[in-house]
Amino acid sequence: MQFTSSSIGRKVFMAITGQSMVLFAVIHLLGNSSIFGWLNGGINAYAEHLHSLPLPFIIGFRLVMLAMVCIHIWFGIQLTIENRGGRPQQYAVKSTQKATFASENMIWTGALIGIFLLYHLAHFTFQVINPETAALKHLVPLHNEMVPNVLGMVVSGFSNFLVSFIYAGAMVVLFLHLSHGIQSFFQTMGWSCDRSQPIIVKLGSLVALVIFLGYVTIPLTIFAGILKG
Amino acid sequence: MILDGKCPTGPIEQTWDKHRFDLKLVNPANKRKYNVIVVGTGLAGGAAAASLGELGYNVQAFCYQDSPRRAHSIAAQGGINAAKNYPNDGDSIYRLFYDTIKGGDFRAREADVWRLSQVSNNIIDQCVAQGVPFARDYAGYLDNRSFGGAQVSRTFYARGQTGQQLLLGAYSALSRQIKLGTVKMYNRREMLDLVVVDGVAKGITVRNLLTGELESYAADAVCLATGGYVNVFYLSTNAMGCSVTANWKAHKKGAFFANPCYTQIHPTCIPQAGDYQSKLTLMSESLRNDGRCWVPKRKEDCGKHPNEVPEEDRDYYLERKYPSFGNLAPRDIASRAAKEQCDDGRGVGPGGRGVYLDFATSIKRVGADTIKERYGNLFEMYEKITDEDGYKRPMRMYPAPHYSMGGLWVDYNLMSNIPGLFVLGEANFSVHGANRLGASALMQGLADGYFVIPYTIGGYLAGVKPGVVKTDNPEFKKSADEVDAYNNKLLDINGNKTVFEFMRELGGLMWENCGMARTKESLELNLKKIPALREEFWKNVKVSGKGADLNQQLENAGRTADFLEFAELMCRDAYHRNESCGGHFRSEYQDEGEAQRDDVNYCYVGAWEYKGDKKEPELHKEPLKFDNVHLAVRSYK
Amino acid sequence: MSDHKTMTLTLIVWRQKGPKDPGKFETYTAKGITEHHSFLEMLDCVNEDLIYAGKEPIVFDHDCREGICGMCSQVINGAAHGGQDRTTVCQLHMRKFKDGDTIYIEPWRARAFPIIKDLIVDRSALDTIVQAGAYVSCHTGGVPDGNAILIPKPAADEAMDAAECVGCGACVAGCPNGAAMLFTGAKVSQFAVIPQGQAEAATRVKDLVDAMTSCGFGNCTNHYECQVACPKGINVKFIARMNREFIKAQFA
Repeated sequence: MQFTSSSIGRKVFMAITGQSMVLFAVIHLLGNSSIFGWLNGGINAYAEHLHSLPLPFIIGFRLVMLAMVCIHIWFGIQLTIENRGGRPQQYAVKSTQKATFASENMIWTGALIGIFLLYHLAHFTFQVINPETAALKHLVPLHNEMVPNVLGMVVSGFSNFLVSFIYAGAMVVLFLHLSHGIQSFFQTMGWSCDRSQPIIVKLGSLVALVIFLGYVTIPLTIFAGILKG
Repeated sequence: MILDGKCPTGPIEQTWDKHRFDLKLVNPANKRKYNVIVVGTGLAGGAAAASLGELGYNVQAFCYQDSPRRAHSIAAQGGINAAKNYPNDGDSIYRLFYDTIKGGDFRAREADVWRLSQVSNNIIDQCVAQGVPFARDYAGYLDNRSFGGAQVSRTFYARGQTGQQLLLGAYSALSRQIKLGTVKMYNRREMLDLVVVDGVAKGITVRNLLTGELESYAADAVCLATGGYVNVFYLSTNAMGCSVTANWKAHKKGAFFANPCYTQIHPTCIPQAGDYQSKLTLMSESLRNDGRCWVPKRKEDCGKHPNEVPEEDRDYYLERKYPSFGNLAPRDIASRAAKEQCDDGRGVGPGGRGVYLDFATSIKRVGADTIKERYGNLFEMYEKITDEDGYKRPMRMYPAPHYSMGGLWVDYNLMSNIPGLFVLGEANFSVHGANRLGASALMQGLADGYFVIPYTIGGYLAGVKPGVVKTDNPEFKKSADEVDAYNNKLLDINGNKTVFEFMRELGGLMWENCGMARTKESLELNLKKIPALREEFWKNVKVSGKGADLNQQLENAGRTADFLEFAELMCRDAYHRNESCGGHFRSEYQDEGEAQRDDVNYCYVGAWEYKGDKKEPELHKEPLKFDNVHLAVRSYK
Repeated sequence: MSDHKTMTLTLIVWRQKGPKDPGKFETYTAKGITEHHSFLEMLDCVNEDLIYAGKEPIVFDHDCREGICGMCSQVINGAAHGGQDRTTVCQLHMRKFKDGDTIYIEPWRARAFPIIKDLIVDRSALDTIVQAGAYVSCHTGGVPDGNAILIPKPAADEAMDAAECVGCGACVAGCPNGAAMLFTGAKVSQFAVIPQGQAEAATRVKDLVDAMTSCGFGNCTNHYECQVACPKGINVKFIARMNREFIKAQFA
C-alpha cells in the first residue's frame, strides 16, 4: 500500500502540514506584534520589509503555503469521511471521557478557519473588502520612503465591531483547532511516550492559548481604543 | 484387556531420542498430501497446528471461540516449568522427572514424564524466540521463581499471565501458518462427533455455531486438544465453554477414557458468593509464596474480623502439618487441608467455606510495594470480585475444581486406541498421574504440541495412504444425521427446567459426592442419582430457539447432556479405585488425613471402554512400572 | 459480607436477529440482583426468566469470565465494558449499580465489527491484522537458548505492557472512528522493543498497518478513548511507537 493511502501515512501528512502552519502562525504573530511598536516604524516597517524580499521567494513561499493548506484540507476531509463511516451507528448513550469538544470537531473548526483565511486574505492581503482603506492606496512616509499604510488599514478595520468580532471569533476557533492539533502532531509523528504525552497535551494547549491571546490582542486593543492609528 | 502404552525400553535417558530415531518419516514432498485435523487451539492444539503446518502437512484447525487466541490456556497465571537450572540450585531433567512422578503420586508413565522433562527446556527456548515476554532480571537474563510443590526455582513466568503469553506465542505461530496457507482455521465450530471409518479415525462432524449448520471434515489423522472436563462440577475455574463433549463423543466412538476420577482441586480460589454464581476465579498459587494460610483456632472466632483475631488464636494449619513445605505444600494436600479446617467448623466467610490467606507477615518483611509488584494484578482482581482489600485484610480462599489429570487414553505416541486419533494436552491422561504439580500444565500442552506430535504423527502417517477417505464416505452422512437427530431431540423436549438448572444440580452432586473427598457411599449415591437426573433431563429440559441458528441454549444443552453421561463414568472410576492417590481421595483410605495408596492392587491406568447406552463400561488396565523412581509414600511433612 | 439486599434494574438491550436484521432496543427487568452478581451473571438471570417465559434469551459472547480471554464485549451505558477502570464486562460487578438504575446494553459498534446477533459481533478483522505479521517468523525447534538472547528488564517489561492486550476489541468499540490503532500499536510495539522482533520490524509495521487500513477500521484522531476503554490499560504511547516505527520503516 502507498504511504499516501495508508492510515498512518495520510495522518503524517496532516501532522506535518498542520504543524508547518502552526509555525507560520507563530512567525506571523511575531511579525504582527510589531504593531505594538517594538520595531522601529511599527507594522508598516515590517510589511515593507516583507515586500522587499525577492519576488520569486514570495511567490514560492505563498505556493508552498497554499500546497500545505490544500493537502491539509484534502486529507482532512478524506479521513473525516472515513472516520464517520468507521462507526456507522452511534451508541444510545454518549459517554466519551477523553475526547474533547475540540478533538471531536476538528473538521468544523478547520472549515471555519479555512473560511476565515479566505476572508483574511481578501481583507488584508488582497485588500478587496474595504478598498477605501486599502494600505496600498494610502502611502505614508517611513525612513525617507513612501510605504503602504498597513497600520491605518488595520486600525480602521478593527475599529469596526463586526470585523473585530469576526477576527476574535476566528481566533477562538483557531485556539480549539490548535489545542488538539499541536499535541496530535507529536503523537502522530511518534514523538511521545507515556511520560511526555500528558505534558505535550498541556503544552499544546498552552501554545494554542498564547497564539490565541497574541492574535486577539490586536483587534481588542484597537477596538477598545487603546491602540490608535 | 491389558493395554500396552508402547513405551520404549532401555535406559530412561535415551528413551525419547531412541524412539524418535525409530519412528518412520514422511517424505517432505508427500507431507502436503496428508490432511490433519486439530480440534482446539489452546497451547497443545495451537502449537500442534502451527508445527504440523510448518512441517508441510495440510492442517485444518477448529475452535469454538471466535478466535484461536481465546482458548482457556490463556487463564493460567503462575508459570511454566523447565529443567534449565539457570539459578544453579540443583535442578536437572532428572529432578523434574522425579518431582513430576512423585507429585503425580506414582500414577503416570515414566517414559512419558521423562520425555516431558527433557523437552521442557526446548519449550522455553521456543517461546523466547517467538517473543514471549518472560520476566527478566536487570542483566537481561530470564528470571525464575519457585512454585507450589517444588524445592527448586524452575518456573518461568510473565507477570501473572504466563498462560496468556504462551498462548499468544502459539497463536502467533499459528497465525503465521494461516497466512502461509498451510493451516485453514475454522472458528466458532464445535466438534460434535468423531467419524471412524473401518476402525480408523478419519474426520469429524462439527456444528457451525453461527449458522447451526452441521459440517463434515475428512482427514488422515485427527488430533484432539480439547482440554479438560472439570466443568462437570458446574462451578470450576474453567471457562464457560469448556466441556467434555469432544472427548466424550470420541469415547462413544471407541476411544478409551483413562482415569476420569483424577481431578485437581486448586487450593486458592475466591470462595463462592451465591447460588447464581457461574464460575469460580482462581488466584495464582504463587500467592502461597508470600501468603500464609490460617483459620481461627476456635470456632467462635470465625465470625470476627480477621485482624481482630490475635496471633496466638490463629491456626496456620499448613505450617503446622507440613513443617518442611509449609504453605507451599502441593495442591491436593493444600486443598484437602483447607477442606478439613472448614469441615471442622473453623471456616470463614459465607457458609464457613473459606480460609484466610494472609500477607501481613510478608508485607512487614518486604514491604507492601514489593508485594504489589509481585501480585498486584491478583490483588486487584480479588478486590473487583469481593470488594475487599487484600493488603489490609487477609484474602478468603477456598478450593475449586481446576484441572483434570484424567483424559482419553493414549500410547507413548499420543495416539488413542483408535488408530489415527491423537489426543494432546489436558485432553489426554498421560503425564500428571493422579495429581498435577503447579506450572506443569503449560509445559505439557506445549510439549505435546511443539515437540511430540510433530514426530509421532509422522510415524503413523508414514504407514497410511493419504486422502483415501473423503467426506462423500457414507460414514460422514451417517454421523451428521445422528448429530442432527440428537440436536432435534434436545429441541423437541420443551420441558420445564433450563439447562443451567440441570448443570447446577449435576455440579452439586459431583462436588458433594465426588469432589475433594469421596466415599464408597457417596459414590454409590451418585451412581443412583446421576442416571435419574439424566433421565429427567431428557424428559424435562427446556431448550428454546432453532437448530439452524446461533443458539447458545442448544450448545449448552449438548454439553450438559454429555456431562450427565460422563459424570457417571467418573463416579464409577472413583468407585472402583479403592485407594487414595493424588486428586482422588477416598476417605476410607487414609492415614490420619494422608492419602493411602494401594500399589499392590491399583498401580495401573484404568481405561474405560464405552459399551453402549445403559450398558456397563468395561475396564481395561495398563500396568504401571517404576524402574527409575521407586514407589514410596508421598510425604511432604 | 452480603446483606442480601437486592436490586431491580431496567435493561434496554439491543436485539438483532441476524447480520441483515435492522435490530432494535428491547426493555427487560432484572429482579433479585445482589451486589455480588457479576454483570454477566445478572444477564444469566434475565435469560433464565426469558427462557421460562418462552422467549429467546439474549445472546452475548463470554467464556473465561475472569477477564483474560477477551471474549466478552458489551457497551454499557455508552462505555465499552461498562466504564470501570481496567475491567472487562465479566469482571464488572453489580455493586457498581444502584437499585432502580436503567442500563443500556449494546454490542461493539464499528464498521469492521459487523453484528452477528444481539450483542455478538464478528471480530475476525483483529485476527487478520495479526496474521499479517504480528509474529516472529521463527521455526518450531532450531532456536537458540533462552538466555542467549539478553533482554534488559525495562525492555522486557515494555514488551509485556504491550502484550497484555486480550484482543477484545474494546479500543475499537470505544473509538468514535472505530479505529484499531491501539490494538495494532500494541502488537507492533511488543515486537519492536525486543531483539527478536528487529529483523522483521520494518515489514511488520507496514504489513500490519496495511491490514488495518484494508479491514475497514477508521483512522486515529488522537481522542485517546481507546485507552479509557481498554480493560488492560494499554497506553496510547504504543500508538505513538507504531507511528514512529511506520515512519522509520519508510526509510528502511
